[in-house]
Amino acid sequence: MEEIMEKLLAYVTKSTNSKEIYSTDNIFEKGLVHSLFAMQLILYIEKEFDIELEDEELDFEKIKSVKDIAELVYSKM
Amino acid sequence: MQIEKIGVVGAGNIGSSLAHSLMLYNKKIILVDVSKEVLEKSKKNIKQSLRFAHMYLKRKEKFDANLIDNITFTTDMNALSDCDFVVENVTENWKIKEEVYRQLDQICRRDVCFGVNTSCISITKVGAITTRPDRVIGMHFMNPVYLKPCVEVIKGYHTSESTIEEIEAFLERVGKYAVIVNDFPGFVSNRISHLFMNEAVLTIQDGVAKPEEVDSIFKNCFNHKMGPLETADLIGLDTVYNSLIVLYESYHDSKYRPAPLLAKMVDAGLLGVKTGKGFYTYND
Repeated sequence: MEEIMEKLLAYVTKSTNSKEIYSTDNIFEKGLVHSLFAMQLILYIEKEFDIELEDEELDFEKIKSVKDIAELVYSKM
Repeated sequence: MQIEKIGVVGAGNIGSSLAHSLMLYNKKIILVDVSKEVLEKSKKNIKQSLRFAHMYLKRKEKFDANLIDNITFTTDMNALSDCDFVVENVTENWKIKEEVYRQLDQICRRDVCFGVNTSCISITKVGAITTRPDRVIGMHFMNPVYLKPCVEVIKGYHTSESTIEEIEAFLERVGKYAVIVNDFPGFVSNRISHLFMNEAVLTIQDGVAKPEEVDSIFKNCFNHKMGPLETADLIGLDTVYNSLIVLYESYHDSKYRPAPLLAKMVDAGLLGVKTGKGFYTYND
């Protein structure tokens, strides 16, 4: 789980050119990313962790923070 | 006239996005481009974003993946011969557009209306090279088209009232609405937005701030959803550059001269989202 979190934090930090992101930050509300980033983020998760998100998981609520994404990824591995 | 079959010419960013948007409304689309590679890329992108469309449109039900079958991807302009309406989205370059319209005018029925999806080329000038200037209208769709209900619609000198009414009704049927403006270089949107983007590039060039700082000021101080440099990256820096050149040549006003840094980035192939790098870096 920690490894997933680390990878995700590094990816989101790099992609958003941010100095520091906390795992519980709502990345969409903080204005760190525009909403189109969600698609890029999901494609990254699927490729990196070799999983496929279900239709009902394609929801901004479920990927709003690095912690949420890590939990989602972990539950599917 | 009922518009059911629509020709979309140009399968770049905006053409693909438009085809994607119309596809969601079950319209039949003929998407034409001179490049097979561009068409393949367009198909891949449309398939991919179709998977996410319900998420962005806040729908519970996912869209049917087979909707993509409503789009015919082709390099053959003659496939447009039985379309009820054509929207052209080719490069913002007069010579290219001129050639396309001469062909379209020959291929399409006389009653077919041509929507010029441009951010800065004169609608009146396009109308003048066709035999149907009354049926030529500017339609500046914003990217991504399926998420942007508002369309800047431009009335050329000869555009008829019936064409305007028809287009307004059509847009309503595909979940959009028109703001109608007059034909003048850059219309409203680009005349203003390109000054923002160009000046933002100049602040980077002059070392005033970093891209994320410039964008942060627009987002967090002015409450814009995106900053000017993110927007430029999304549009494509080559497109922004070409549009600035058109504005500069139209007004002969130095305020529209493209920033040298912008020209340099275009020369270096740093075109923004579509090439993976512009003012920001993007992953696949």
